[in-house]
Amino acid sequence: MSHVAIADQEAHLHHPKTFIGKYIWSQDHKVIAIQYASTAIFVGLIALVLSVLMRLQLGYPDQFDFINPNSYLQFVTMHGMIMVIYLLTALLLGGFGNYLIPLMVGTRDMVFPYLNMLSYWFYLLSVIVLLASFFAPGGPTGAGWTLYPPQAILEGTPGVGSGIVLMLLSLAIFIVAFTMGGLNYVTTVLQARTRGMTLMRMPLTIWGIFTATILGLFAFPALLVSAIMMLFDTLAGTSFFMPAIVSLGEPLEHEGGSPILFQHLFWFFGHPEVYIVALPAFGMISDVLSVHARKNIFGYRMMVWAIVIIGGLSFIVWAHHMYVSGMNPYFGFFFATTTLIIAVPTAIKVYNWVLTLWRGNIHLTVPMLFAIGFIFTFTHGGLSGLFLGNVVIDLPLSDTFFVVAHFHMVMGVSPIMVLFAAIYHWFPLISGKQLHTGMGKIHFWGTFLGTYAIYLPMHYLGFLGVPRRYYALGDSSFMPDSVHSMNEDITLAAIIVALFQLVFIFNVIWTLRKGPKSERNPWGAASLEWHTPDVPPDQGNWGDKLPTVYRWAYDYSVPGARQDFIPQHVPEEDVDYEPGGRKSHKT
Amino acid sequence: MVIALIILGLVVVTIVFHLLSPWWLTPIASNWQAIDTTIEISFWVTGAVFIAVNLFLAWVVWRYRKHGNNKAHYEPENKSLESWLTIITTIGVVAMLTPGLIAWGKIIHAPDDAQVVEAIGQQWQWTFRFPGEDNQLGGADARFVTPENPFGLDPDDPEGQDDILVNSQRLHLPLNQPIKLYLRSNDVLHNFAVPQFRVKMDLVPGTETYQWFEPTREGEFDILCEELCGLAHYTMRGMVVVESQENFAQWLSEYPTFAETQIEKTADLAAGKKLYGNCAACHGADAAGNEMLNAPNLSILSADYMARQLRYYRDGIRGAHPQDNIGKQMVSMAGIVSKPEDERNLLAYIQSLPAIASAPTREGGNAKAGAAVYDVCVACHGAEAQGKGLLSAPRLAGQADWYLYRQLKHYSMGWRGTHPKDQFGTQMRFMTQTIQNPERLDDLLAYIATLAPQASTELSVSSTGDDRL
Repeated sequence: MSHVAIADQEAHLHHPKTFIGKYIWSQDHKVIAIQYASTAIFVGLIALVLSVLMRLQLGYPDQFDFINPNSYLQFVTMHGMIMVIYLLTALLLGGFGNYLIPLMVGTRDMVFPYLNMLSYWFYLLSVIVLLASFFAPGGPTGAGWTLYPPQAILEGTPGVGSGIVLMLLSLAIFIVAFTMGGLNYVTTVLQARTRGMTLMRMPLTIWGIFTATILGLFAFPALLVSAIMMLFDTLAGTSFFMPAIVSLGEPLEHEGGSPILFQHLFWFFGHPEVYIVALPAFGMISDVLSVHARKNIFGYRMMVWAIVIIGGLSFIVWAHHMYVSGMNPYFGFFFATTTLIIAVPTAIKVYNWVLTLWRGNIHLTVPMLFAIGFIFTFTHGGLSGLFLGNVVIDLPLSDTFFVVAHFHMVMGVSPIMVLFAAIYHWFPLISGKQLHTGMGKIHFWGTFLGTYAIYLPMHYLGFLGVPRRYYALGDSSFMPDSVHSMNEDITLAAIIVALFQLVFIFNVIWTLRKGPKSERNPWGAASLEWHTPDVPPDQGNWGDKLPTVYRWAYDYSVPGARQDFIPQHVPEEDVDYEPGGRKSHKT
Repeated sequence: MVIALIILGLVVVTIVFHLLSPWWLTPIASNWQAIDTTIEISFWVTGAVFIAVNLFLAWVVWRYRKHGNNKAHYEPENKSLESWLTIITTIGVVAMLTPGLIAWGKIIHAPDDAQVVEAIGQQWQWTFRFPGEDNQLGGADARFVTPENPFGLDPDDPEGQDDILVNSQRLHLPLNQPIKLYLRSNDVLHNFAVPQFRVKMDLVPGTETYQWFEPTREGEFDILCEELCGLAHYTMRGMVVVESQENFAQWLSEYPTFAETQIEKTADLAAGKKLYGNCAACHGADAAGNEMLNAPNLSILSADYMARQLRYYRDGIRGAHPQDNIGKQMVSMAGIVSKPEDERNLLAYIQSLPAIASAPTREGGNAKAGAAVYDVCVACHGAEAQGKGLLSAPRLAGQADWYLYRQLKHYSMGWRGTHPKDQFGTQMRFMTQTIQNPERLDDLLAYIATLAPQASTELSVSSTGDDRL
């Protein structure tokens, strides 16, 4: 059963007439997607500025009057939290998930449009609460994005009064928003696919978003309960995470709680969170590679299973973040093994991306450049993960710059490369205009080469043992002066990368205002979203009749076919084959 | 086209960077060579994959870029290729994981003959405990912590009485002796990390964790806290000194047992008063200090703080900088009370004097701006700048501002706090470096002045618990 009764009856959808109904309190998944995306990019820019501030301190310690150890930790914490949750999760799922799911599976909207609208407004509220902590007395929390108690709620950590409370509240609100959106995405994919859109014909983008959303629905509750428990600990004096403590000379009332319990809950969320970000990125990059290489994705079924297996495994690897946490050391055997096993399906994905390019007809468009860049950065970041996942290697490297370098390559730079690839790729669909190629290329080279200049040396500082989350390194006999000069260079590279993002922002603004109208399917993509009656798609997406799907999304360069792609909704008998042409792959 | 060349170039750059990098694992100083070996194996495996995948990527991008009437190949699946790649990847993973798990099995099992030591972390300092003659550490818990019992030992546990308390951030260890290091925290999470030993582990309040290693090289090695523990996390430093068994035994014998620290010692005020005659010329009969003679206010300081400073002067830890002429005067004066009981009597006498707050002398500071600067001081020195004995942080409120100014200057110039044995001076050096603008110093002092009661009023001096002998 892959299509629902309301599908062809467009009249049942709500049709707002006013500006406010259409663009503010909108229930249209596309408008909600754009709201999500613009809010996420806005907070992402704040987090980018925070990262530059933190780099200024590391590169030029004690040069800036406005950065002290408190504010430094606040920059670190808010940068991390915003990037992981409020930018990446929100942009990939709230933004691209919302925009692409109904269009790619061929439905008129999400199945619960009102809930979808509420999801955005709760997300916005969570962002406002988060940003409010910058103006609260004592400022935002500086507990690190992992918010480990007891430290997060005790004196001696910045933002201990209201900052941490606002942070936890904001997370709780975000999770409510995510749950409303997430239930929509899963239900829509399962229940509202159009005729012929079997699960194994869905584009990998949808598989990635769908699986990631399921992960989120299971993982975020762990964060929600830990946020609530910590709120109780700090506001009501409970002791979920608080043992007996003498804090800065004062004995506290708490007794009997376990700080490690929080870490288990946090990482039971936190590790799947990595894949909540990674899986949609995996899916989207697969589609970008396939379209721009004019070639079917290599090993589609293997790719789907790899997404599902990675998603499943991501729930039994969480304690690899806790090898040195003081948990039972025997856990190390189990979690090191599961963690390294996850490398196998992940490696298969990398191979299949490269093999998709192999014997392709590679158009080196801006999205393709970002996609190739992604393969490079993700390979690098994934391989360094094999060091950290292998429990004994984590001992010297844990909490050093190696960790920072690793997760920025794999979870910062790589998803950002995908996001840019996706924005350049789908911009013509969303806006009807194509981003400027020249500016796009400048943006790509600055971002790709610049980020590698930041993170490659950081791995080596980590091998040396340079610790992370240090406001200043001071004098240590094992750190040569070259560490300090390298830190300066890394800061310069970070500033340059940040400046290159201005090119992107300018490109978006310029294109929206002055850019020429794009063709309706400029890349020649076969998946459904490019084949709506109107581009950009109108409310209800499909005009009078929903499309029927006859094939997978990857019929590129089918032997014998005159056109180098066959859209998903074209039946086999309508394909323009040369005489004696071969038939396409049966799906 | 360009991208293919750049990917190729990045592979070359990465390899060259790897080979030429001046930053690499520190020379190992423990028995955990197996960790380095696992890293090496992982480098070979991942390096091979990195090079192979990216060279293939570069070649594919160059070879199959759009040109002419190029058409893509249509091949949805290639089962045998996919299976082969899966098998090869699995072999690589096993090659890395196996030595890792074998080494982990050794890392979590300390040998029976290991010397037991305990490291205690609290914001933001390290102290250590040895088990004493019975080779058993006595019970300990944050709930037992008092100014008289800063280590938090169970006073009723007989096994703890002979435990040796090392109230110093420097831990000496004997060479080639397996060490089982128990880890305990009284407040938040910390992490005991010595890069040259390779192993590290968190300290978790409410429970005890451990790590074990065998120091294999003599020398001094930095201890770093590597679990974020608040604003001064980066200043939580210590030092492991690995030395011969004889030197280690000699060092350990200098530290008291728990039982010894718990003996109430009486002081002879009359004798103290007599000794104070040597100090009164500069510090004044009321111990309130004298700016003309560069003598700070002693009446507001705790005995423990003064005892530590006197020891530092005697041991060349403070006042040893060639340009610190004022400090040099104190070096000879401190020698007068080199006998512990003399020192005890002297300090008891000073403590018996009423605490008198010094009047502010510096002008131009903006107390409101200074409050923001004080943000990084408050955790240790307290909201009222009253000082915290358990954190070994002296009272600032009521101290002469010209003295505080000079000490902050000395810290930032490295005249004070540079000696490796100056446990808290190192931290103060870090903290003074956060004040970049000299005007901020006066703002800070103006703010501290607002915390001091009016000049010449009596203050209470809190008793503190460390530096007991």
